[in-house]
Amino acid sequence: MKKLDRKQLAARVARDIPEGAYVNLGIGLPTLVADFLPKGREIILHSENGVLGIGPKPAPGEEDEDLINAGKEPVTLLTGGAYFHHADSFGMIRGRHLDFAVLGAFQVSARGDLANWHTGAPDAIPAVGGAMDLAVGAKKVLVMMEHLTKSGESKIVERCSYPLTAARCVDRIYTDLAVIDVKPDGLHVVDIVDGLDFQELQRLTGVPLKKPLIAA
Amino acid sequence: MINKFVASPEAALADVPNGATILIHGFGNAGMPAELIDALIAQGARELTIVNNNAGNADTGLAALIGAKRVRKILCSFPRQADSWHFDRLYRAGEIELELVPQGTLAERIRAAGAGIGAFFTPTAYGTKLAEGKETRRIGERDYVLEYPIHADYALIKADRADRWGNLTYRKTARNFGPLMAMAAKCTVVQVRETVELGEIDPEHVVTPGIFVHRIVRVPASLKRAA
Repeated sequence: MKKLDRKQLAARVARDIPEGAYVNLGIGLPTLVADFLPKGREIILHSENGVLGIGPKPAPGEEDEDLINAGKEPVTLLTGGAYFHHADSFGMIRGRHLDFAVLGAFQVSARGDLANWHTGAPDAIPAVGGAMDLAVGAKKVLVMMEHLTKSGESKIVERCSYPLTAARCVDRIYTDLAVIDVKPDGLHVVDIVDGLDFQELQRLTGVPLKKPLIAA
Repeated sequence: MINKFVASPEAALADVPNGATILIHGFGNAGMPAELIDALIAQGARELTIVNNNAGNADTGLAALIGAKRVRKILCSFPRQADSWHFDRLYRAGEIELELVPQGTLAERIRAAGAGIGAFFTPTAYGTKLAEGKETRRIGERDYVLEYPIHADYALIKADRADRWGNLTYRKTARNFGPLMAMAAKCTVVQVRETVELGEIDPEHVVTPGIFVHRIVRVPASLKRAA
């Protein structure tokens, strides 16, 4: 099987972001999606610290400490971009103005519950940031993550064992093995990586999957 | 004549009492009023309740205030960072209380305080650990959590330009919590890169109107680099 690497996964997500979309990319893996957005599509990236229209990374030496993204990395602003304060920024999120939020995850349940902020471990320092706002607020919530944990357990589960970020919020899951839609009647496989068939994907995944209409 | 300019960060913060609640502007280091925080550390107030998105980075600014054990409690959305070691150490030792608040709820609770709102319902965090014990309500097809304002004694803000009436502009993403925190405190103290004459800031470009600002200190960028 040809597992997608981080860049291929980011490119796979990027392919599905349409012209004109307003998109928030979460910290970490989702941020990588920006590098693979199809050229020629005008897509506006939002960052919850108060910016719309994020451009490419600045050249070395061109960083500005006052121009950063939610991951506190230096960014640039596209012509036409805008700055605003946090209440406006989260108004955009909670008020259902963002078309997509792309978020990382520890676990996603079969009904679309998301766990991505806290492992609940006794010694862990909890940190939530904007994750709960994005999960309830974006029109579509896309999750990108590895299909399996390091020890080989499915991260798509019947019921999240980690604390929830939000219930029933995930619309689509992108993993290094498959793309899966979360629908009211269950999990629908959209496509599978080369060299992996549906039966094997089902075996690796903790919960029942529905076959794609057209074989991938 | 109204003149909100104050000679120094030390003079601007001389009256902060022990136990004060202080909003500290900034998202990471963008907008963090480092010189005001240095003055607060030197001033010596203890048992503070601090509100910021984070819990300090490395060894300066908010991290230094926490490291100096002046903070009893912090309200923030994202304390855990690669370089939040001062907070991490005190939190694990049980020497600092944490109220973890989702980022948008943190912003809106501050805004609500400044805008005279008694409480508000938000869909964020419904059904999660962070809403445990809180009042909820179904409105239409959605479930909401009741959240209360965060009132403060002081706000410490870094802006870009100010005139003597306290009208402010910010710089890029260093705006973040500034306009909200300026509204929510009894005494709003601002450090700016540049002070200007009345009228030099186009009224259409004023981000925080002077009514929300009480004290202004100029901290030139060159001085900051030398520090």
